[in-house]
Amino acid sequence: MLLKQLSVFLENKPGRITQVTKALDEIGVNITAFNIADTSEFGILRMIVDNIDTALQALKAQGFSVRTTQVVGLVVPHQPGGMYQALEHVDKAGIEIEYMYAFAYNSKAAVIIKADDTQKLVEVLSGSGYHVLQEGELIQD
Amino acid sequence: MIWNEHAECMDREQLLKLQNERLRNMVSRLYYNVPFYRKKFQEAGIDPGDITGIHQLKDLPTTTKQDLRDNYPFGLFAVPQSEIVRLHASSGTTGKPTVGGYTRADLRTWSEVVARSLYAAGVDKNDVVHVSYGYGLFTGGLGIHQGAQKIGATVIPASGGNTKKQLQIMHDFGSTVLACTPSYALYLADTMKELGMDPSELKLRRGIFGAEPWTEEMRREIEAKLHLKALDIYGLTEVIGPGVAMECEHQKGLHIFEDHFIPEIVDPNTLQPVPHGQVGELLFTTVTKEGMPLLRYRTRDLTTMTVEKCACGRTLARLNKFLGRSDDMLIIRGVNVFPSQIESVLLEMSETEPHYQLIVDRVNNLDILEIRVEVNEAFFSDEIRQMENLAKKIKANIESVLGISAKIKLVEPKTIERSEGKAKRVIDLRKLVD
Repeated sequence: MLLKQLSVFLENKPGRITQVTKALDEIGVNITAFNIADTSEFGILRMIVDNIDTALQALKAQGFSVRTTQVVGLVVPHQPGGMYQALEHVDKAGIEIEYMYAFAYNSKAAVIIKADDTQKLVEVLSGSGYHVLQEGELIQD
Repeated sequence: MIWNEHAECMDREQLLKLQNERLRNMVSRLYYNVPFYRKKFQEAGIDPGDITGIHQLKDLPTTTKQDLRDNYPFGLFAVPQSEIVRLHASSGTTGKPTVGGYTRADLRTWSEVVARSLYAAGVDKNDVVHVSYGYGLFTGGLGIHQGAQKIGATVIPASGGNTKKQLQIMHDFGSTVLACTPSYALYLADTMKELGMDPSELKLRRGIFGAEPWTEEMRREIEAKLHLKALDIYGLTEVIGPGVAMECEHQKGLHIFEDHFIPEIVDPNTLQPVPHGQVGELLFTTVTKEGMPLLRYRTRDLTTMTVEKCACGRTLARLNKFLGRSDDMLIIRGVNVFPSQIESVLLEMSETEPHYQLIVDRVNNLDILEIRVEVNEAFFSDEIRQMENLAKKIKANIESVLGISAKIKLVEPKTIERSEGKAKRVIDLRKLVD
């Protein structure tokens, strides 16, 4: 019930993101969702892709610092209060969120969440009736 | 003005006699009191009685900073500890500072050469000397202090830091002489401008600047911004501290107080004297020091020397501008930094690889050190917080070893230039030589 995310360390210098996307283009990997966390000195590019193993190998071969991280993909109703209600369950369970980012999933809204206890997060959300994305689900769409 | 005309304007033949006599005396003290030197003499097959004068210096063993470290802290002292009345130490060396031990007579010698230096700069008892060199183990503060006291000037022991307060004191107490590093002088000037203070509000007329290399361009800038005459003072803890050599008002090189410190300019590889006027490494033999006399101490500073009488009347040899170093030492904000120290910090940390690059620059007249460290797979984290903590940890470790703060920049693996053989570890963007 967990998704694998690619994280790439990037120095703040021109052209680095272009190079990552070029490497993925060359091997025909599609990016479903991505986010950049940045500081003044460096950034971390986080991506959900359709073929993570191929992407990982290609980026490593080009000398990028890459790793995979387990995250949760949550589908939320695309309406006022949709996100809030989901997060209330998370808070009640005492789970701490490290970061999250949103992306469009068909006509619905989806978020990627990284938490201190990812396993527990999946249990809480599934238990509350939420649609938690599984690996493979994103690829078929 | 000349403080000690007898010593500073001595006929050079007479000076040579004095140096020869003092060297003979020193060699025997070294041989009988310092096991390190006795061993070196014995290995070289030299009997102290064979040495008659300074023309034989080229045959004698040299002393390096490494020798001082190997004998840390007091192994090179030539007198019992009961005779040592003061200890100083130089900043930032692989965890172990370089120690200088002074007897009462050494402190007198030191005050004497600083007194000569101040007079050479045109400073006398009517002056108010504001000392912004750090007071403490560093020789800058107390060194200038003692000399200024000796000539009867009014001394303000301001020490470093708190720039605004320094300016207020200078203004209110009527400081006429400023003693600090040249980069701090510029920093003071810039702070004055920010505060809307005009240099004419101060009474400064002379600056005694040293502890780091500076250019003629910096001199002109300081002189224009602070309305004073800027003069260069040279010294190092190992030899005695500030006052080994000093510029006079003619600003034509630094007069070496040769009756105490015998200079040589040698080829850094062969350690043999280079032809007169050629660039080489500066060596000092301290012929009058009692606490820690050093024989042919390798300063690693590259320069040339002039032995002609100066317009000021001094017959002492003069050092010309420093042209660089014969090792990879950097002087950053007055602190000695070796790239190898940074490497050892990184090697000690399990999360880092020793791939680094030092970028040194001068921004707003202050030296800035940036250390670029490659991130490797092993310690790359997906979380910003952890990466930032790593950078903070590197910064703290560097600071505790070097005593200066550095900006840490994490960079991608294999992006730091690797050249065959010698890696380009240091990029010094400062302009230190005209």
